[in-house]
Amino acid sequence: MAAISKRFPGVVALDSVDFDVSAGEIVALVGENGAGKSTLMKILAGIHRADSGEIRITGEPVTMHAPADAARLGIGVIHQELEVIETLDIAGNVFLGREPRRAGPLRLLDRRRMEADTERQLARIGMRLSPRTSLRLLSTAERQLVSIARALSMNARLLVLDEPTSSLGAKDAEKLFELLRELVRLKPDTMGATAIVYISHRLKEIEMLADRAVVLRDGRNAGTLPREAITHDRLVELMVGRAIAATAPPGAQAAGPAVLQIDKLRTGRYPDAEVSLTLHAGEVLGVAGLTGSGRSEVAEAICGVGTRMAGRMMLNGQPLAINSPNEAIQRGVCLVPEDRRRHGVVAAMTVRENVTLPALASYARFGLIDRASEETAVSHITREVTVKAASMESPVATLSGGNQQKVALGKWLALRPRVMVFDEPTQGVDVGAKAEIHRLIRRLADAGTAVMLISSDIDEILAHSDRVAVMHDGRITGILARAECSPESIMQLAVA
Amino acid sequence: MTRKEIGVLLLLVALCAVVAVASPQFLSVTNLQNVGRLVGTYGIFSIGVGIVIITGGIDLSVGSICALLGILLSMMLVEWHWPAGVALAAVIALGAGLGAIHGLLITRLKLQPFIVTLCGLLLYRGAARYIARDSTKGFGTGEGFEWLRALASGSVAGVPMPFVIMCVIAVLAWLLVHRSVWGRHLFAVGHNEEAAHYSGVNTRGVVAGAYVISGTLAAVSAVIIAFYTNSISPASHGNFYELYAIAAAVVGGCSLRGGEGSVLGIVMGTALLQVLRNLVNLLDIPSSLDFAVMGAVILIGAIADQVLGHRVRGPKQATKSL
Repeated sequence: MAAISKRFPGVVALDSVDFDVSAGEIVALVGENGAGKSTLMKILAGIHRADSGEIRITGEPVTMHAPADAARLGIGVIHQELEVIETLDIAGNVFLGREPRRAGPLRLLDRRRMEADTERQLARIGMRLSPRTSLRLLSTAERQLVSIARALSMNARLLVLDEPTSSLGAKDAEKLFELLRELVRLKPDTMGATAIVYISHRLKEIEMLADRAVVLRDGRNAGTLPREAITHDRLVELMVGRAIAATAPPGAQAAGPAVLQIDKLRTGRYPDAEVSLTLHAGEVLGVAGLTGSGRSEVAEAICGVGTRMAGRMMLNGQPLAINSPNEAIQRGVCLVPEDRRRHGVVAAMTVRENVTLPALASYARFGLIDRASEETAVSHITREVTVKAASMESPVATLSGGNQQKVALGKWLALRPRVMVFDEPTQGVDVGAKAEIHRLIRRLADAGTAVMLISSDIDEILAHSDRVAVMHDGRITGILARAECSPESIMQLAVA
Repeated sequence: MTRKEIGVLLLLVALCAVVAVASPQFLSVTNLQNVGRLVGTYGIFSIGVGIVIITGGIDLSVGSICALLGILLSMMLVEWHWPAGVALAAVIALGAGLGAIHGLLITRLKLQPFIVTLCGLLLYRGAARYIARDSTKGFGTGEGFEWLRALASGSVAGVPMPFVIMCVIAVLAWLLVHRSVWGRHLFAVGHNEEAAHYSGVNTRGVVAGAYVISGTLAAVSAVIIAFYTNSISPASHGNFYELYAIAAAVVGGCSLRGGEGSVLGIVMGTALLQVLRNLVNLLDIPSSLDFAVMGAVILIGAIADQVLGHRVRGPKQATKSL
C-alpha cells in the first residue's frame, strides 16, 4: 500500500500512509485509538475506498470495491468482534456465503465437500474438532480459530488480525501466537507463504511476535521498527511523540470532599480485576486507557446499568446500593453514555421529551404532565447547554451529533447530579460543540459536582482533568496528579 | 391531530360517504346504533391491544380471554348465583390478573410477547371449552342482573351503552397515554427501551402495565360481548378478536415496531373496520367475503401510505411507517 489517503467529513483519517508486508512475515501495526490503523485495514479489506494511493499485490496494482474483492485477492480479515453465526456449525461458518452445491436440478448443499475441506483446514491450524460442532459450544479462542480457518479455506495469503487477544486468556493467546508463527513459516499452497498483519495495543505481544512494527500517529507513518529494535519504550515514544496542542488549564482549585468512594469494584467483563477510586466534589477525574480497558464497564457499574459483581460504594459517606439506573439517578449519580444514539437519547422523540425524560414526575401533578412547567424547564435547560434545534419539538434524530450530545447531557441538569460520569462525551462531535461540552463539564465541576471524564483522546484528558486514572485490562494501573500527566506517562500506564 | 390521524379520519369519512350513497339504509338510526354498539364493544379491547403495540409488543390472547371470561361470567351468575356486582368485579380482576401474568413472563423471564400471548390464546380457549364442557352458555331470563345486561343492550339518549363506555375509556386512555408521565414512558420504551432504561424509566413496569391494561379492557369487553350475543359457545366466541384489534391499531397508526400510535387513531381504526363489515352486510356482498374485504381495504391503505408517504417524507422515514 503506497501513499494511501482517506478523508472522512471533518477529519483526515489517513494522510499518505505507506505500508507493506511480505510473505512469511508478521508485521505489527501499532498506534493510539484514532491513529488510523482501522481505517487502513478497512481499505485493505475493501470496506472503505482510499481517496488516493495505490494497493499492489505481488507487484500488481489492484482495485477493490467490496469486501468480496479483498477475499478474492487473498486478503482475510479477522475482526475484533468475531463475525460468526452461532447457530451454524463449523463447516457452515467456514463456507458461509460460498457454499458448494451439488450437481442436479435442486442444487442442494454439498455438505460432504464442505465438511471435508473444513476438516482439512482445521487440521492445518491444529484444531481437533468435528466440522459439525455448533459454534455455540465453542470458546472465544476456538471461534477465532474458526475465523482463521475460514480465511485459510478462501486461500488467504494475507491475514489481518485486529486485536485478536483482547478477549483471550494468557494461555489461549500463547497458543494463537504459536499458530501464527507456524502459518508464516509453512507454505500453504503453491501460492507462497502467508503474510500476517497483527494489530494490537498490547505492546508485549508485539515485542514477542512481530518481525517488524509499523507505527501510525494521527493518520501518518510515525516510524517502522525492525525486529531487534522493537521495545516497549520505543513503541510508546513513536505512538505519542508529538507536540501537545496548547491547552486551557483547568480551573486549578483544591478538590472538595470525597463524594463517591468506590471500593474493590468488579465488573462482569473483568471479574478478576478490582477497581478502587474516589471522586471529589468540584473535581474532574479523567479516566484514560485504550478501548476495551474496562473504563465503560466501571462507568456503567457505578450508574447501575452494567453488572457489578462485587465491591462497595459510598456516597457522601453513606453506603450506596445501586442496582438499576433509576436507583442511581435517585441518588444523583448520572451517566452520559458512550453510545449516544442507542443509550443517550431516544432519537425518535423530541428535544422536549428527551430533556424531561429522567425527571418527568417533577413536572407532573397526579401523574399528568403540566405542559407549561415542562416547557419552561426545557427552554431553561436548552439555553443552558446551548442546544441548537429548529424547535423543542424537533426529533432529536434531526440534530447534529454535538447537539444530540448536549441533549443527552442536559437531561440530567434538572436533577442537580452529585456525580456525573461522561463516557467519551465528544466522540463524533464537531469542534465547536466539543468546546461547549468541555465548558459544561467544567461548569458542572465548579458547581460542586464530582465529574468522571472517560476519554480515549489523550489531549482531551490532559486539557480537562484535574487528576487522571489510567486503566488497562480492567485494572487501574496508575493515578496521576495533574503535574505528573503527560502523553508519555499516560500511554506508559495504558499499555502496561 | 397528527398527519396519520387525519389520514384515517379522511378515509373513514370517505368510506361512510360511499356506503351512505350506495345504501341509504346506512344512515338509518337503527343501523347507526348497531354500528355504534359494535364500535364500542370492539373499541374497548382494541385500545388495550393498541397500548401493548405501542410498547413494541403484541397481545394475541384477547379473543380467548373474551371466551373464557364470558363462560365464567355466565356460570357465576346463572349456576353459582353470585351477586352481579361481585361477578363483574371477579371477571375484571381475572382479566387484569391474566394480563399481569403475560406482563411478568415478558419482562421477568424475557419471553417474546408473541409466544406468551399465543400460548394464552390456546390455553384460555381450551380452558373455556373444558369448563363449559363444550356446551353453549347463556344468561336465561336474566333476573337479578338486569343492569349488567344494560351495559351491552342499553342506551343513553339513543346512544348505545357500549359506545358510551368506550368513549369514557377512550378519554381515560387518552389522558394516560398522551398526557401522563406513564404515557411518555410508554412511548420512550416503545422507541428505544435501552435509552429509556438508561434514563431511569422503570421499563419493566411500563411494559407489564400495558399488558395489565390490555387484559383488563379485554375483560370489560368480555362482559359486554357476553350479554350482546347472549349465548356463549366456547369454541367460537371471540374468535379472531385479537386480529380485529391488531388491524384496528395498525390502521389507526400504531407501528408494530413500537413507539407510535394514538388512542384516537385506534378508535377510528376500529370504526373503519366496523363500517367495512357493515358495508358487506348492507350491499348484500356474501358475508363469506367479510374478511376478504377487510383484508383488501387494509392492504390498499398500507400500500397507499407507503407509496404516498414515500413521496411526502422521503425514503428514509417512509420505511418506518405502518
